[in-house]
Amino acid sequence: MTTKTPSKLEKILSEGHLAVTSECGPPRGSNPEHIIKKGELIKDHVDAVNITDNQTSMTRLCSLAACIRLKLMGLEPVLQMVTRDRNRIALQSDILGAASFDINNILCLSGDHQSFGDCPQGQNVHDIDSIQLIQAVRHMRDEGKFLGGDELEGRPQMFVGAAANPFADPFEIRVPRLAKKVAAGVEFIQTQCIYNLDKFEEWMKGVRERGLHKNCYILAGLTPMKSVGMAKYMQKRVPGMDVPDEVIKRLQGVEKGKQAQEGIKICIESIQRLKECEGVAGFHVMAIEWEEKVPEIVEAAGLYPRPNGN
Amino acid sequence: MIVADKKPIEEIIEYLKDHKNILVLGCNECVTVCEAGGKKEVGVLASALRMYASKEGKEVKIDEMTLERQCDREYLDELRDSIDQYDAVVSLACGVGVQFTAEQYHDKPVYPGVNTCFMGATEERGLWTERCQGCGQCILATTGGICPVARCAKRLFNGPCGGSTTGRCEINAEVDCAWHLIVDRLKALDRLDEYEELCPLKDWSTDRAGGPRKVVREDVQQ
Repeated sequence: MTTKTPSKLEKILSEGHLAVTSECGPPRGSNPEHIIKKGELIKDHVDAVNITDNQTSMTRLCSLAACIRLKLMGLEPVLQMVTRDRNRIALQSDILGAASFDINNILCLSGDHQSFGDCPQGQNVHDIDSIQLIQAVRHMRDEGKFLGGDELEGRPQMFVGAAANPFADPFEIRVPRLAKKVAAGVEFIQTQCIYNLDKFEEWMKGVRERGLHKNCYILAGLTPMKSVGMAKYMQKRVPGMDVPDEVIKRLQGVEKGKQAQEGIKICIESIQRLKECEGVAGFHVMAIEWEEKVPEIVEAAGLYPRPNGN
Repeated sequence: MIVADKKPIEEIIEYLKDHKNILVLGCNECVTVCEAGGKKEVGVLASALRMYASKEGKEVKIDEMTLERQCDREYLDELRDSIDQYDAVVSLACGVGVQFTAEQYHDKPVYPGVNTCFMGATEERGLWTERCQGCGQCILATTGGICPVARCAKRLFNGPCGGSTTGRCEINAEVDCAWHLIVDRLKALDRLDEYEELCPLKDWSTDRAGGPRKVVREDVQQ
């Protein structure tokens, strides 16, 4: 596929490499050292780094500012943008602001409900939804216009992504839902964390049957488990997460001090298995507050060194 | 109907602490059906206020009255001859009734006696659930008759989000996922293929976002 933007991530994917992305959550304060340190830890092992946008509705330093920090360090940021907190004026404005700093990737999301976070009494906006945000960015980039119809002075050159959760219900519309995102103009997908590989492969089969993998790059999402407790929490408490009992049993099968290493092993094995899955264009390794493990996972999964991309 | 819920009595007592002649005013419409502000609830609240006053050793006159509707001047006029006896009104109507009463009797404090919650339906006695937010541009024709504005916690027009699990919303396992309901209904109508149609950006100017709204019907105006 040819590229449409200066995005390094798009270039690497278009050249047929398995891409590797990761994510960093910004700090809960104004000190940027935290995000700089996280960036340093992973910069040589990933092609791009997502910066979350007030994930789980916990108020944090803004995604856009953290993306600029990474960009200044020479990393390739992916601006995560949720429609929960901003109306169409603020969304377009932030897209232009990001583009003005040559942030060339955006991930369009609806966002977790605010009741999960530190401001459960706050209002939510949801002026548009994640699919409409995809359309909005493509409209601005490709038509060179604001949603209101006026001409833009300078188009945001953004490679447009979205999330997909193959495990949420109802399962039967999970492939049609991806088709909707493709129809809206999505160019890359990062999936929910995959623990149920059989179900993911079943979803990918449906994706291939409709040829959707030829219209967008699908990056399989992986999060290593740190402990049995984390696995149980993910299974029971995180909406839309599918953690099979076998994963928990496997972690329980090793002594406590070695559970984290076992979690990493599971993650690496998953990547190796999914490398063989037709239509998987790369991996999104989300080591939550465990960024220092990303290089080890990427290397052990045979995804290192990374292509140049420049 | 408009669904309301009772306000804590302590809150009402606080509003009324400086008043001596109080009218508790019910409404015979929605709030009667949802058992928050009809004649029966007026009686219960008035008795509770009298008991409180007597316990505190205060001399307070509390009368009861329930109008057919508080959102209609014709019925509010029934108060015209008696309103001067009171130095405060507690309206158990919805927020519309409270305001309309206050507009009619400009120099009289009118306090809300209920919390107005939403437009909804009676599922069973004692259980009311939301169905409509009055966005002013109904899209139910395209969503299988189930409203994502009122029933999806993120009012997604192209849902469901990734948090939907076994038909339940991510915010609470007791809340149905509106998009799960929409998908089930489209299936029952043999119209699931419509799910893939992209829903365009909503024009919210007919919603609260556009400012206070009005409906003008010249055809019925005299």
